Amino acid sequence: MVTVAPTPGDYLPLLILILMGAFIAVLLVALSWILGPKQPSVEKLSPYECGVTPVGTARDRFPIKFYLIAMLFILFDIETVFLYPWAILYRNNAYLSRGFLLGEMTVFIAILFVGYIYIWKKGALDWE
Amino acid sequence: MLNLTDYLSIAPFLVIALTGAAVLLFDLVFPKNKNLLIGTSLLGIVGAAFLTGRLWFQYAEGFSFTVSGDRFALLFEYVLLIIAGLSVLLSDRYLQLKNINHGEYYALLLFSTSGAMLMASAKELILIFVGLEILSIALYILAGFARTEEKSEEAAIKYLLLGAFSSAFFLYGIALIYGGTGLLTGLHGQPAPTTQLDHIASIVMLHGFNAYVVAGIALLFVGLFFKAAIVPFHVWSPDVYQGAPTCVTAFMSAAVKAAAFAVLIRITETFLQIDPSEFGVTSDVARQLALAHHVITGVLWAFAAITMIVGNVVALWQTDIKRMLAYSSVAHAGYILVGVLASNDQGRSAVLFYALIYAIMNLGAFGIVMLLSDEKQERSRIDDFKGLAYKHPFTAVLMSIFMFSLAGIPPAAGFFAKLYLFSAAVQAGDPGIAVLGLLASVVGVYYYLMVVVKMWMVPEDRDITTLTWSWGSRVAVLICASATLLLFLFASPVISTFSGSDVTVSADDYSAASAAPVEPVAPPKALAVQPHVIGATAIAQR
Repeated sequence: MVTVAPTPGDYLPLLILILMGAFIAVLLVALSWILGPKQPSVEKLSPYECGVTPVGTARDRFPIKFYLIAMLFILFDIETVFLYPWAILYRNNAYLSRGFLLGEMTVFIAILFVGYIYIWKKGALDWE
Repeated sequence: MLNLTDYLSIAPFLVIALTGAAVLLFDLVFPKNKNLLIGTSLLGIVGAAFLTGRLWFQYAEGFSFTVSGDRFALLFEYVLLIIAGLSVLLSDRYLQLKNINHGEYYALLLFSTSGAMLMASAKELILIFVGLEILSIALYILAGFARTEEKSEEAAIKYLLLGAFSSAFFLYGIALIYGGTGLLTGLHGQPAPTTQLDHIASIVMLHGFNAYVVAGIALLFVGLFFKAAIVPFHVWSPDVYQGAPTCVTAFMSAAVKAAAFAVLIRITETFLQIDPSEFGVTSDVARQLALAHHVITGVLWAFAAITMIVGNVVALWQTDIKRMLAYSSVAHAGYILVGVLASNDQGRSAVLFYALIYAIMNLGAFGIVMLLSDEKQERSRIDDFKGLAYKHPFTAVLMSIFMFSLAGIPPAAGFFAKLYLFSAAVQAGDPGIAVLGLLASVVGVYYYLMVVVKMWMVPEDRDITTLTWSWGSRVAVLICASATLLLFLFASPVISTFSGSDVTVSADDYSAASAAPVEPVAPPKALAVQPHVIGATAIAQR
């Protein structure tokens, strides 16, 4: 609980932390770049593609379906993330009854379920 | 813990949002039957209107005083419900013509309405922002609803980019006010940063302003001016209004404006309602408040003046009726701002009345514009109205009613709407802006009557044989036309219902400041600055 008005000075440690973080990151990269031995070969210089030999250019056109899947993935991913803080609160909460918390989450899931039915019926999950 | 009152206070827009979800699901099960969707939407709107009426008699304020059930909010909710209902009725034929008759249209319209209603009744800035986003995001999609048309896509992307910008301005304003109120209260003890409007009012009343709060208010205004299309934040509106499907334009022009002005009044009242003369003239806080009063009214005055002038003058050159109505809508936003400026009971009821009348006459005008289009092409040039009266005299009469009303000529309700607004300004002791508004609307008469002249006095240069009425649009346009005429006759009982719709931004229930009485505590030495360095206070004393 803050008891006095925050001053700009209160944020100084935060600034120092950011600067230190940036400094160490730059330092480590710079050191390994300066000190490390360099024996380049064609394989080493090629872009990393999960161990597979790279094929073609990266600036290629790909089906818009990927975007759709990515968007839906993010939506339902975030839904899952919301479940974690809720689960913690559900266990240790002195203010709200468990029935109420369960009800709130049920409403939340129900809304998402409506969305799920919608995208399913609209065929957004079918690849072909 | 939430209780029934909380749910009661949000019941109207909850019902609207749930109806939207139901419409989505019905569309999946019965994809062919659009009348079912229209029926469901209307049922939801009537249900929401019923619940709003219930709140009228049983005052409910929910979620720790952040959702208000005051009459001001309820009346705006009614206006928004009327807009939504008429838009639902108007659309179906036009959607069929453009081959975009998807069920999502009705769902998005309802979601958007629920956001607008939340904006009208929220008394807390974050909640207002949430409402603003619910309203806007649905509208971004609706603006690009005719997705095979380049113009519609352009409208959507323009609206999205500029709308996102304005939302960011609004949000940044909230952040600054939160920090600023924390600093102000922190000078005298426990910092109590807040985004609740009545708390902000009492903090400002006790401690005056600082730079953060001032900048925050300015950014809130910028965000809302964007949404309400006030000059110079109006540049998106002609392109978006022209490109979006006409039924979306009709809804957008009425609903966004109503919601934005509801919030604008609530925020303005927060800072203008405080009467500095209650304090002694010697107090520095009182002097700061008086200065803030001058600055806010001055800024609103300038924006109202320039908006009325630019909107009306630029509308003169338009050849496309949708663009013309877009600039006319800019001009009308300027008129409404005159009522906000008056900032008294009369101003508030005049703004409410104007929002209602503007919605009705504008939806009616767009309804007629929609009729002219056929399967082959969208007809939205003003020249397309040439000779309409020879073939379809009744339609021409309806359009003339709307044009007369928009111009503010009796016997249409637009006349009384303007009269009440400008007389509120005179009552508030500002005849200058009223005169300016009258002159600007005289300019406006030209381009509205141009449409009437083209309909009645110029022979047709194309074959207007069929107009694409549907039962829904017929009912909606007839309702609009008869309401425009009837509200001219019954203007005074309606306006007397609207008056006394106080915005409840009271400082009474603010417990953190209750230690000190309304008479301000003697400010510490460092706070004692001249009014002209208002805002520098909090920082200067570090």
